[in-house]
Amino acid sequence: MTTLALPSTATTSLARGWIELLQFLRDRTAMIFTFAFPAMLLLLFGTIFKDSYNNTGVSASQVYSASMIAYGILTTAFVTMGAGVALDREDGTLKRLHGTPITPTAYVMGKLILVLALSVAETATLILVGLLVFDMPSPDAAHWLTFAWLFLLSTFACTACGIAVSSIVKHARTAGAILNVPVVALNFLSGVFIHPITQLPGWLITVASFFPVKWMSQGFRYVFLPDSLKQYEAAGQWELGRTALVLGAWCVIGLVLCLVTFRWTERDR
Amino acid sequence: MDAIEVRGLRKTYRGQEAVRGIDLTVTRGEVFALLGPNGAGKTTTVEILEGHRKRTGGTVTVLGDDPGTAGRTWRARIGVVLQDADDAADLTVTEMVKHVAGLYADPRPVAEVIDLVGLTEKKGSKIRALSGGQRRRVDVALGIVGRPELLFLDEPTTGFDPAARRQFWDLIRALAAEGTTILLTTHYLEEAEALADRLAVLADGRIVAEGTPATLGGRASAGAKVAWRENGTNRVENVADPTDLIKQLVKAEIDLSTLTITRPTLEDIYLNLIGATR
Repeated sequence: MTTLALPSTATTSLARGWIELLQFLRDRTAMIFTFAFPAMLLLLFGTIFKDSYNNTGVSASQVYSASMIAYGILTTAFVTMGAGVALDREDGTLKRLHGTPITPTAYVMGKLILVLALSVAETATLILVGLLVFDMPSPDAAHWLTFAWLFLLSTFACTACGIAVSSIVKHARTAGAILNVPVVALNFLSGVFIHPITQLPGWLITVASFFPVKWMSQGFRYVFLPDSLKQYEAAGQWELGRTALVLGAWCVIGLVLCLVTFRWTERDR
Repeated sequence: MDAIEVRGLRKTYRGQEAVRGIDLTVTRGEVFALLGPNGAGKTTTVEILEGHRKRTGGTVTVLGDDPGTAGRTWRARIGVVLQDADDAADLTVTEMVKHVAGLYADPRPVAEVIDLVGLTEKKGSKIRALSGGQRRRVDVALGIVGRPELLFLDEPTTGFDPAARRQFWDLIRALAAEGTTILLTTHYLEEAEALADRLAVLADGRIVAEGTPATLGGRASAGAKVAWRENGTNRVENVADPTDLIKQLVKAEIDLSTLTITRPTLEDIYLNLIGATR
């Protein structure tokens, strides 16, 4: 019997990340839909709603440019992950891996590497559209720093929730439809599609506040819009501390749900 | 120590008993075949042994560990050839074999494994573009790349053409010659007969017979059927030992140009065995 040590989780995580990226890049349909859809929505919304916010000099299209980053991350992290894990369970990827000495952590880390790469690319696309098409001003260094933690917390929370949700998605075929229900609903409630969020009934804002999307879009508006725009937020403030708290809580909730619900194979009938 | 030891294995799905108390021993270095009709419990049994499914009752020891709780060092010692996976469609054969090889401590060289399963010409092809039989050979490559001590093959040659099946048998024999223990499930009697040192027939969640291909179900002691043509009529006699009968026929100077002596084939025995449980 060999006494060689098995490859470390770090090594196999990177190997999984590479394989995930390779497969994603070769699936043209998934790639085009994932990337083009949020950018297309941004171009549509930005073109249709041109009026500027009263006496602030900020146009609706600039507000959309900032808010839509939340939708982009939701798509690349939550939807890609939920559908991806469901597909891996269905096509035998997980069963195959479970027959090898890989750790579950390495599998999840591989997915996380894929999601991070996709989210960076998606977010960059949306920011570029905002900067080039809608003249969104580029923020200063301090704001970029906020952007960095906001981006990481958002991506991680959405990924963890996506993996957790994949265990209740029975068939990969229907995953896209099922996962998009909460995504679209939350986008309407969370100030992404409809802003100012204060147009919504108070109880709907309260409902939205329990979920991460409201805080994500609010945070990205803080990063990319002038300070005067805070008057249009639900609290009239940017509430960065609370944003970090809620997103951090969702990271923990998502991680726990992940650990509790993740299974290599389909549920034992 | 035995490679696989199963005592009183049971598995219930929503009150339906799929496996009803199986005892099974597979010794090291042996090729063991599990035969049985669809729904007999073959795949359920194998998946429990692989650690892919939880059992309802009984004890199971595979390579000295309980598959239900064994860790990754145990997984590194088994090889699983999946029955119906269609993953990694966008990767090439080499990419996928290399990736899975990277999960083990001391894998076989990638090119060697691809050559062993006869896919060298297809190594740069996307797995999506392979035929069904080629796809299964990728599964075998991925199952053996980690140099397993014990290999599980669940209906490995379903959908193979006869030439591919023969080629596959040679591969299994080569692995067995290296000392790999192999547990094989199959529908094909000639496959079990060609490969297995020992076999068991599973029907309706129970083992109804166990033995070598030559002795299964009393095949060795089953009588011989002696048939010949005498004075324009067909004669058939079932005897335990045809020697005396043949002597008599020779003494009586009967024309023996039409004489046949047949013993039950493995298929006759098998059909008889699974028929008995219906």
